[in-house]
Amino acid sequence: MQLLEYAIRGVPTGCVFALLAVGLVLTYKTSGVFNLAFAGQAYVSAIVYYELRKELEWPLVAAGVVSILIVAPLIGLLLERVLFRYLRSAGSMAKLVTSLGLLIAIPEIAKLVFGSETRKNPPPLWWVRRTDEWLWPEGATFVLDAGQIATMASTLIVVVGLVVLFRFTNLGLRMRAVVESPRLAELSGVDSERVSMAAWMLSSVLAGLAGVLVAPLFASLNPFDLFTLLVAALAATVFGGLTSIPLTFLGGILLGVLQAVLAGTLPTDSVLTNGLRPSLPFVVLFLLLLFRPGLRSTRELADPLATVDAPPPPPVVRARPPWVATGARAFGTVAALIAFLVSWFVLDQYWLGLAISGLILSVTMMSLIVVVGMGGMLSLCQAALAAIGAFALAQVVQATGVPVVVGLVAGVLIAAAVGALLAVPVVRLDGVYLALATLAFALMFQSIFVPLSWVSGGAVPISVPRPVVGPLDLSDDRYFLVFVIVCATATALVVIRLREGTTGRFLQALQTSDVAAASIGINGPRARVVAFTIAAGIAGFGGGLTAIDLGQASYEASFPYLIGLVWVALLVSAGARSIQAAVMSGLFFFLFPALLDKLFALPGNWVESNPDAPSWVASIANAVQPTWAQSVAFILFGIGAITYAKHPEGSIEAQTTASINALVRRVEARNGDREQAPVGAGVGPGAGGSTP
Amino acid sequence: MSDALLSASGVTKRYAGIVALQAVSLEVRAGEFAAVIGPNGAGKSTLFDCLTGVQRPDRGQVVFDGRPVDSLKPAARARAGMARTFQRIELFGGMTVLDHLLVADRARTRRGGLLADVLTGSHPSPEELARCAAVLELLGLEQWADRPAESLTLGKGRLVELARALMCEPKLLFLDEPSSGLDRHETDEMGNALQRVQHERGIAVLLIEHDVPLVERLAERISVLDYGELIASGPTEEVLSDQKVRIAYLGATT
Repeated sequence: MQLLEYAIRGVPTGCVFALLAVGLVLTYKTSGVFNLAFAGQAYVSAIVYYELRKELEWPLVAAGVVSILIVAPLIGLLLERVLFRYLRSAGSMAKLVTSLGLLIAIPEIAKLVFGSETRKNPPPLWWVRRTDEWLWPEGATFVLDAGQIATMASTLIVVVGLVVLFRFTNLGLRMRAVVESPRLAELSGVDSERVSMAAWMLSSVLAGLAGVLVAPLFASLNPFDLFTLLVAALAATVFGGLTSIPLTFLGGILLGVLQAVLAGTLPTDSVLTNGLRPSLPFVVLFLLLLFRPGLRSTRELADPLATVDAPPPPPVVRARPPWVATGARAFGTVAALIAFLVSWFVLDQYWLGLAISGLILSVTMMSLIVVVGMGGMLSLCQAALAAIGAFALAQVVQATGVPVVVGLVAGVLIAAAVGALLAVPVVRLDGVYLALATLAFALMFQSIFVPLSWVSGGAVPISVPRPVVGPLDLSDDRYFLVFVIVCATATALVVIRLREGTTGRFLQALQTSDVAAASIGINGPRARVVAFTIAAGIAGFGGGLTAIDLGQASYEASFPYLIGLVWVALLVSAGARSIQAAVMSGLFFFLFPALLDKLFALPGNWVESNPDAPSWVASIANAVQPTWAQSVAFILFGIGAITYAKHPEGSIEAQTTASINALVRRVEARNGDREQAPVGAGVGPGAGGSTP
Repeated sequence: MSDALLSASGVTKRYAGIVALQAVSLEVRAGEFAAVIGPNGAGKSTLFDCLTGVQRPDRGQVVFDGRPVDSLKPAARARAGMARTFQRIELFGGMTVLDHLLVADRARTRRGGLLADVLTGSHPSPEELARCAAVLELLGLEQWADRPAESLTLGKGRLVELARALMCEPKLLFLDEPSSGLDRHETDEMGNALQRVQHERGIAVLLIEHDVPLVERLAERISVLDYGELIASGPTEEVLSDQKVRIAYLGATT
């Protein structure tokens, strides 16, 4: 009986999970996009509702209608028109990365528009405010507050409404047809443009509704809390196989009930159970992904008419003359040398520190090259693996007193070992499912393992001294810079060798045609496990260097999982296979916000030094806030990821290829047709046309 | 019986009540050119998938080169000496023709692992290049070696698939409708290439094909599938003149 009571208490939470999960399923069913940005859309409606209801004190209905039924569908419409309609036939990876970019960009845009101040105590979507004012039923054991009633009622309405929509209406049928194949739907007389717009508006309304309903669960309005809750709800989505709305609803309720029952029955005093309770949804998500029958065989949504399209034009791989490679190498060396000299002689402590952090991040980015670029696996847990490297380094050095450099090696090995253990089950999943499993791992790591003292050292991060290597004391930042450059170069060489060697060729074969790779005897799972393990080791290396850089192994400061998502967005948009992109995006991540910070502080400083400036000029100048820097930087990072669908090889790669081709053309034009050698005569060395 | 390179017995496969294959038994001897024909939906592709390990049959055994391979995945069967081409062409993206051959060669010789990659860079050795050059020459692909394989025509692409399969030095080559989508001229070219392969390398071939003239020209023995059942099997001329086959497949009415 006790159990039953706990179980019933879980139903309102279950409804929250169900509502979010059903929203995701709706987006996936109607657009084919696994829309992580759902949390961002929810956040915008929640802010609008907050501002209208709390700041402007509008009546409930008006505020609800504007935030959920007007703002939300407009956002959906905007996303569909400017973005997702061009992605209808893109692969699931491109869609997922795009939604990742939006997830990063949308909340920051909302902060720019509505102000970034803290919004405490979000109002519920009900007429009364607090738990104790309105209890139902009176005198019963179970107490429901206003927010819970609103959530349960809305969830029921939404689930029933959607089931009716898909079972019994024409629009629902059309939506499914358009996802299956936009062209086939058009051939049978469906206006797929309009259906797709309707689908996006509908799913955006659901996001808005979820955002407004869920917001009061938190002390203040925050996009990260919403996203974490969304990931928790993913377990229900996967339970429903990504397509079944009734099953998803059931999964959400079960998840809430399970959580409540565990909360009631587990002992409350152990660190492990305290960590396990909030992380239960992530554990369930991870296990469901690995063991839910039928999920692995679920084929990606594929357009049956895909073959009637003309194939995409083959990439123009011009045989580059040797002088291009020599020239590029010379140019790169000179540029790197200049950058080094500037860092050594010109930069002050602040900028030098940022440059070092950026270079270290580029090592971690190289791990993404191996797993995402070469392996084709969108791993969202590289930050967690980097943290493991940092923690292992700190623990080993603290416990045994070995030199820090030895600890660094230990960190690499332990991160690689954890990566290998994780990889064995995970590499069997495809595309979206692999991304979700690694995301679940990242959140499990954050909520279960990071609080444990044998992992992280507890609440206070373990400090890590800068080592002395030979004659160099690395506590001098300039010597540390040299050390980091050596480490980054060594990592880059390893990655390039792997990419151009047998390992890289096998992975490329697997990535572009799994069946053909199997037909020549390549063992796919093994090759993927190896790639994942190497990437984990490199991430651990980057994490260890980060700990040495900051002087401590701190999860909060260096490795939260959301930061890891930004890294993925950055690298993938710059070029997932390119060392150049890894270095650039690592440096960019640290230097760009700092530069913007200085830039946005300029007008304010100018006003201070010119007190006699006209007041209207001063007020314009003062309107520019230095706090914009972070937002603008993250918006650009996010927008970068959105361009992935257009340039899957990455913007830096695309740019390099374009400018080299232009250069080659110009030189060839000047040389006239003296050297019109036919392309590809005879058997030459077979290295692919990729740049280092 | 004992000289069979591939021997399938009683292979049965059902999909949700539909019988795709009903107790099909088939043999290919070493060095032989065999073919399977049958109308659309007769179960040819399912049979192929069951033999190469892409699908598990519900019942029946497949013995290859003297040992049962039922539990082996496609990659393991490939390493055991089965190579194949695909009806819907499957080339690797971003690779030149030569790269395709090198990858297949490396998959066979297992040369170059992690350590070799990092320490030496695993550049193609002269022997590897020589092996590739030999296959390129055999199929007349020399001048396309450095072209990205995706930029070739369908006919050349199919030859690249064939070349890739040959680099595995298979004992048995599975060809899944190599002429589908090709025009007459390209089909002839494919036929010539297959004849040269058969002549110079002596590899056993199992061909699935629609194009009866091509089959007639190449195959020594034919098996005919209809509605998942083997309705005839034997030397090419005999089978093609068989009345049952003519009705099922060639649409003869008398």
